[in-house]
Amino acid sequence: MNPQFLMDGLIAGAIIGLGAIGVTLTYSILRFSNFAHGELLSWGAYLALGISSALGVLGAGSTKPLGPFSFGWSLPVAAVLAIILTGLLALAVDALLFSSFRRRGSAIIIMVMASFGASLALRSLLEFLFTSKPAYFSQALQIAMKLGGGLRATPDQLAMLVVALLSVIAVHLVMTRTDIGRAMRAVSENPGLAGIAGIDVRRVIRTVWFLGAALACIAGMMSGLIIQIRPYLGHDLLLPLFAAAILGGIGSVPGAMIAGLVIGLCEAFTVQIIGAEWRAAVSFAILIAVLVVRPRGLFGKAS
Amino acid sequence: MMLDLVAYGAFFLTIALTYAIISLGLNVQWGMTGLFNVGIAAFVAVGAYTSAILTTPETADRFGGFDMPIVVGWLGAALVAGALSWGVGALTIRLRADYLAIATFGVAVTVQLCMLNLQPLTGGAFGIGFIPRPFAGLQGDALLFSLANCGLMAVVVLSLYLALQHLSRSPWGRVLRAIREDEAAAQALGKQPVRFRLQAFTVGGAIMGLAGAAQAHFIGFIAPDNYMPVLTFQVWAMLIVGGSGNNRGAIAGAVLVWGLWAVTAAAVSAFVPPEDQARAAALQIVAIGVGLCLMLLLRPRGLFGEVSPLARSSTKPPLSAKE
Repeated sequence: MNPQFLMDGLIAGAIIGLGAIGVTLTYSILRFSNFAHGELLSWGAYLALGISSALGVLGAGSTKPLGPFSFGWSLPVAAVLAIILTGLLALAVDALLFSSFRRRGSAIIIMVMASFGASLALRSLLEFLFTSKPAYFSQALQIAMKLGGGLRATPDQLAMLVVALLSVIAVHLVMTRTDIGRAMRAVSENPGLAGIAGIDVRRVIRTVWFLGAALACIAGMMSGLIIQIRPYLGHDLLLPLFAAAILGGIGSVPGAMIAGLVIGLCEAFTVQIIGAEWRAAVSFAILIAVLVVRPRGLFGKAS
Repeated sequence: MMLDLVAYGAFFLTIALTYAIISLGLNVQWGMTGLFNVGIAAFVAVGAYTSAILTTPETADRFGGFDMPIVVGWLGAALVAGALSWGVGALTIRLRADYLAIATFGVAVTVQLCMLNLQPLTGGAFGIGFIPRPFAGLQGDALLFSLANCGLMAVVVLSLYLALQHLSRSPWGRVLRAIREDEAAAQALGKQPVRFRLQAFTVGGAIMGLAGAAQAHFIGFIAPDNYMPVLTFQVWAMLIVGGSGNNRGAIAGAVLVWGLWAVTAAAVSAFVPPEDQARAAALQIVAIGVGLCLMLLLRPRGLFGEVSPLARSSTKPPLSAKE
């Protein structure tokens, strides 16, 4: 067996894990499965693409590849702006849609349904704006480097793994070392009690949206850089995201990340032994297995 | 000209009524029981393929082709789709409510993969053709053929409507609504919520399978593209617009939303230059998504709300503490 599947699985898993953190946070704080989360990945990728192309028009040197990478400095700059804009997009969707359901105390399943409608609208809007033709951050070709042990990776892939690792460390620090992180955990334990204890629940909700969307944007950009950018990018990742959030245990940030890696590796393994056409069924099989055997996931608390 | 219009009207109504069947099936799951199915397209597809495999004439390169009567195909479709719903429900229905949503979403993805990749069974991306059409003998006369099919579909929808009306007024229907509104109370009265939910989910799935078969036989050709996620959305929009919990609403919503869809699609193909039509179609889907959200926000009970002493209450306390 070719060990290269480990590298492919690790990268796919990092993307799934980053996306799943947003799903798990939304679920544990707002208490509903957000079917529109995948669209935040796609929007993040397209926002970064739009901004970096605009920068490329403004400054001709900005797209000149940096060192071994396929992109110039326009991409990291665009990434920062895209992360902020994706966060704002999530806040806007919440303000327009979900906050009014929360105010009315609508049933959770109504919010799930609204997220379903939002996902459809957001995805098709991307298709309208950018058409369904795949787009790329860069057309430059990269040669994979030998890493030893039969593994190969392009400099872009390695950079993305580092970015994913740094993002996870940052989220972990936010969740464990800051006031807002503690407030988030308190709200996820018991929103009523947290409100009485003087925690600004609305601020927590805004932070959750922003954080989840920022990570979704990073995951979307990673997927765009390594594979391609399409309006269906996030939609096609939604099932793996849910599977990872549930496998990791709803509400557990490290769980989501580890489960994401597990799913990515399982997918890559399946591609190698069965074939790429069944890749999408891997998450479904894992999802059903977890729901049957251990619905609270690996790191979830018994409810 | 006049006759063409009548023929087109009958064709339009036939398609709309096949959607009405799906919408009625969803109403059993969501409207009566509160089960959120995000994989409607999968259950419709399973029904369509089952019936196609049972009724098409023998083909060399594909399993099936049993050349059975259409009625057998339709029954088989309902049975297989019902069995699939039962399986999915049995695994997930006792878990948290939105786990069923996630599981059905996964079913839709997986069925899509199976349609594409199980080539010996489904014909892969090329789909299955030569599905026998009801009243094939009348095919020479377009008008008569359309009217006969439309009549058949009207009879199916009407019988289904009467049966479901009866079911929803029966003790079974009352138990479902009781569980939907207050599970603990229903349980205290000795009803087993899981069992009833599973039954409702299975009945709804079987109806969706039947609708898939009806559609497949009317069009005569099926392919994976017919069962994309947008089908699921359309049916949801139909039920929400019509009013969930109300069978008449489910039918009216289906005809209305399909009408709007057909009119806008016709406008797109008439007024939009060909190179932009794909984009205009995307905008059409944006409209359905936004419409679904607006309906949930502004008129959650739909055009025809539920008529029942046990109407779904729109407020539930636990989350109101947050804002």
